[in-house]
Amino acid sequence: MDLIELTATDLMEKLNRREVRAVDVTGAFLNAIRERDKSLRAFLHVDEAAAMKQAEGVDSRRDLGEPIGKLAGVPVAVKDIFCTAGVRTTCGSKILENFVPPYDAHVIARLRAEDGVVIGKTNMDEFAMGSSTENSAYQVTGNPWDPSRVPGGSSGGSAAAVAAGMAPLALGTDTGGSIRQPAALCGIVGMKPTYGRVSRFGVVAFASSLDQVGPFGHNLRDAALLLEVIAGHDRRDSTSVDRPVPTYSQTIDEAVRPLTIGVAREHFAEGLDPEVERAVREAIKVYQDQGATVVEISLPASPYSVAVYYLVATAEASSNLARYDGVHYGHRSRTHKDLIEMYSRSRGEGFGAEVKRRIMLGTYALSSGYKDAYYVKALKVRRLIKDDFDRAFEKCDVVVGPTSPTAAFKAGEKVDDPLAMYLNDIYTIAAPLAGIAGISIPCGFTKSGLPIGLHLTGAPFEEEKLLRVARMYERVTDWHNRRPKLSA
Amino acid sequence: MMAELPYKIVIGLEVHVQLLTRTKLFCGCSTQFGLSPNAATCPVCIGMPGVLPVMNSLAFELAMKAALALNCQIASFTKWDRKNYYYPDLPKNYQISQYDLPFSHHGSLEIETAAGPKRIRITRVHLEEDAGKMLHDEKGGGTDSLVDLNRAGVPLLEIVGEPDLSSPEEAKAYLGELRLLLRELGVSDCEMQEGSLRCDANVNIHIAASDGTIAATPIVEVKNLNSFRAVERAMKYEAERQYAEFLKTGKKIGEVSKATAGWDESRGMTIVQRRKEEASDYRYFPEPDLVPVTVDPARLDEIRKSLGELPAALRSRLEKEYGLSAYDAGVITRQGRKFARYFEDVARATGDAKKAANWTTNEVLQVLNERKIEIDAFPLPTRVLADFIGHVQRTGLNMQRAREVFAGMLKSGRSAAETIKDLGFEVVSDAGQLLEIVRRAIAANPKAVADYKKGKTKAADAIKGAVMRETKGMARTEAVQELLLQELAKS
Repeated sequence: MDLIELTATDLMEKLNRREVRAVDVTGAFLNAIRERDKSLRAFLHVDEAAAMKQAEGVDSRRDLGEPIGKLAGVPVAVKDIFCTAGVRTTCGSKILENFVPPYDAHVIARLRAEDGVVIGKTNMDEFAMGSSTENSAYQVTGNPWDPSRVPGGSSGGSAAAVAAGMAPLALGTDTGGSIRQPAALCGIVGMKPTYGRVSRFGVVAFASSLDQVGPFGHNLRDAALLLEVIAGHDRRDSTSVDRPVPTYSQTIDEAVRPLTIGVAREHFAEGLDPEVERAVREAIKVYQDQGATVVEISLPASPYSVAVYYLVATAEASSNLARYDGVHYGHRSRTHKDLIEMYSRSRGEGFGAEVKRRIMLGTYALSSGYKDAYYVKALKVRRLIKDDFDRAFEKCDVVVGPTSPTAAFKAGEKVDDPLAMYLNDIYTIAAPLAGIAGISIPCGFTKSGLPIGLHLTGAPFEEEKLLRVARMYERVTDWHNRRPKLSA
Repeated sequence: MMAELPYKIVIGLEVHVQLLTRTKLFCGCSTQFGLSPNAATCPVCIGMPGVLPVMNSLAFELAMKAALALNCQIASFTKWDRKNYYYPDLPKNYQISQYDLPFSHHGSLEIETAAGPKRIRITRVHLEEDAGKMLHDEKGGGTDSLVDLNRAGVPLLEIVGEPDLSSPEEAKAYLGELRLLLRELGVSDCEMQEGSLRCDANVNIHIAASDGTIAATPIVEVKNLNSFRAVERAMKYEAERQYAEFLKTGKKIGEVSKATAGWDESRGMTIVQRRKEEASDYRYFPEPDLVPVTVDPARLDEIRKSLGELPAALRSRLEKEYGLSAYDAGVITRQGRKFARYFEDVARATGDAKKAANWTTNEVLQVLNERKIEIDAFPLPTRVLADFIGHVQRTGLNMQRAREVFAGMLKSGRSAAETIKDLGFEVVSDAGQLLEIVRRAIAANPKAVADYKKGKTKAADAIKGAVMRETKGMARTEAVQELLLQELAKS
C-alpha cells in the first residue's frame, strides 16, 4: 500500500518498527503534493528542504535510540492562519502578503515538540471568513472528490490536503464551522474542541471568543492523537483552560454504554438536502443497533445562531482586524496624501470583499445607537444558545445531526450570495457560540459520489467521550477508509 | 486677601498615573523610562497578529492598593474592554481599558485648603494600557513620522474625580495630595516630567446674575498640563477666558458642544483646539482575549492592612500628638512617611516637638533639597540630631552659631560636642573660670560699677558685654547675669 494512503497511526507504527524512515514518509507526501497540488491548490507554501531536514533529524534520533515525540516523522499540514517562526504567514490575505512572524503559534510549537513534520501551509478563506476557501486572496482550492467543487472552508486547504493524501494530518481553526464543514465536504474527520481546550497563541485572530484550533485526520484515532498533542494549558493564552489532557488516542476504542443520543428537530428543518438527511438518519440507526437510546431534544434558540454569529463574530473581527492599517506591518498603500487616506487605501487594497463586508457589519453592530439592538442583544441570545445545550446534555451524551445541509457545492456557485454561503454553517455555528466541542465524521456519500458528514457535539471538555461515541460509529462503518480517485 | 471673583470655578480632574511595575500590563517588556526607541517592545505590545495579552497581576494589586487608599468601593467582579480608535501610536488600534465595570468606584480624597480639609469625590479608578509616542520629523514636512512603542502597554491608572474643586489652588492641592498618596504607597512615582503623572482638567464657571439665577459656561477640557504650576495657571487663565467669552457671547452650557483646549506653557494661555461636534464612538466591547477578574475578599483585606498610615491621617496625628501647627504638620507629611518617622524620632528623643519640627523642616529639609537626596541618605542619624538640639538648648547657643555647628557636623560627621569644640564655640561652663572673668571685668570697669551703684541698672550691661567679649560669646547669658549681680552686690 502506498505510504500516502496510510493513516498517521499506521505510519507511526511503521516508523517505530523501522519498516520505513521518516525521510521516505515525508518524501512520499512531498511527492504527492508535487503531483496533486498543481490541480488542487491546497497549499500556499511548501518548504521541501525544511521538511526533509526535520525528517532527517527524526530519523537520526530514532536511530540513536534517543527519545522521540508522539508524531515523530509524521507530516502535518497547517492552515496559514498559524504563525510559523521565520515562515510567511498570510492568513489568506493580501494585507499580510509579506508577514513573517518571529514566533511559532503554540500549536506549531507543540507539533515540533512531538516531532511532527510541518510539511506546508494550507490555503484558507481570507482571515478564516468563508465556507468554501474561495475567499482566499491567492487561489481557489479544489475538492479532492470533485475538483470543480469547493473543499468547504475556511480550513479548506487543510481538509483537501488530508483527503487527497498530501498529508496524513492537518491543523485548522473553527470559528463557525471552519474545521467541521470542510471535513464533511472532504470526507474526513475534523474536530473543534471546547473553547479553551487549545491555546490560541499565535493564531491570527478572527473572532477571539469563538476561534478554536482543531485536528483533521482520516479517522478518529488520528484526530485524537493530534488533539492530544495540541491540547493543554498555555500561559500565553488567558482563555486556555488549565485542566489535564486525557490520552484520547488510548481510550478511543472504549464504547460508551449506556449511550443516549440526542436528536434535535431543529437540525432537520428546511434547506437540508434529502440525501444528507437520509445518511444522517441511517447513522442514527447504526447507534440504535448498538443499543443506544435516541431522545428527541430541542434547541429552541438555534434558529438565531446564524444571526447571533454574524453579529458577535463580525464585531470582534472589526476590532481584531483594525491593526492591519499599513502603519506597523503588512500592506501599505503607495499613494496617500495623509494618514486617513493611508489607512483607507491600505485597507481598501489589502482586504478582500468578504472581509470588508464583515468589518463593516461588525463596526455597525458595535456603533453607539445600534450596539444595544445588535451586539448586546446578540450576546444575550448567545447565552440562550448555551443554555439550550446545557439542558440537552442533561438528557443525552451527545447531540447528533448533519454537519452541513448539503454536500460540496460547485466553485463559484455561492460567491455572489453571501447569505446562501452563511447558511452552509447553520448546523455547526451554534457549537462555537456555546463554547462546546463538535466533530464531523464521514457517514456516507451522495449518489454523485460526494462525501457526507455526521456532526456530533458534546458537553464542554468531554472530548474524550465525544471521540469514543464517534468511534462507535466509525468501527462498524468504512466510509472513512474511502479515498478519492485522483488523476495524478 | 484676594479680590472676590465675579464667578465660581468648577474643576474636575482626570489623572493618569503610571504604575510602578517592572513590566508592562500585558507582556513582559520593561517599563523603564528613557530607553532607546522601541527597545522595550515585543510581539504582544506591538500588536502582531496572533499574540494575546496576559494580565500583569502586580499591576492589578497596585491598582487595588491605590483604589483602597482613595476610599473606593472595589468591585468583586471586573472585566476588560476594548476601546476602539485609530491612531498610529496605538498598534492594535484599540486600547485595552475598562468601560462599564471598572474595578473600583465611589471614592474620595481629602485635601488641605485655606478653609480647612475638604473631601473631593472620586468617580472611578480603572486600569488601562498606555499608547506609544509619535515622533514627527518637522523637516520632512510631516511625511516621516516615527513611532516609539516603548510606552505602549505600560500600565496606567485612570483616576476620574468629580467636579468638586472650586479653585486653581484646590486643583493643585488635589494633585499634590494624590501624588503624595501614590508615592507613599509605591503605586507610582508620579513624575510629571517623565509622563508618569498626566492630568486633564474639565473646567467651567458659574456666574451669578443680578436676578439671582446662575449661568454655567460650556465645559472645556484642558489638556497638556505638564506640571503642577501649569495646572494652577491654566485653570486661572481658562476661568478668566470663559468669563470674558461669556460676557461677549452669553453662551451657556449645552448651547455649544464641549471643547478641548491645549495649555501653551510658554505663552501662558489655553488654546481651544476643537469643539466636539459629536461624542467619539469608541465602540467599547468586552475584551475577549482576557478573562474577567474576580477579587478575593481575603486578598483585599490583606492589601487594605498593608496600606499603613495614609497622609491625611498622619497629618492630623502630627497635629494632635505633637501639638504641631497645621502648617508644620503639612510640611512634614508632604515629605513622606520616612521623613515623618525621622521627625517623630527626633521629637521623642528631644522631648521638644516644636524644636524638632523647626530643625527638620528647615535645616534638614534644605540639605535634602540641595543634595537632592531622600531622608534615608541624610548623614545625621536621629539620635545625633536630637543630641545636637539638646546641646543648643542647654547651652543657649545662638541660632547663627547653632547653624554653623549643624553645618560642621554634616561636613565632619562628628558629634555636636566635638564640633562645638572644633569650632571653638565651647561654652564657658566652668563656674570658677567664669567667676574669674566676671571679677576681672568688674575691676576693669570702675565707672560702670559706680553708675550701677547709683541705681543705673543698665550700666551692668556694659560689664556683661565685656564678659561676653572675653568668652567670645560662649558663656551662657543667664549664668553671666547671675554671677555679675552677685559680684556687684559684694563690691
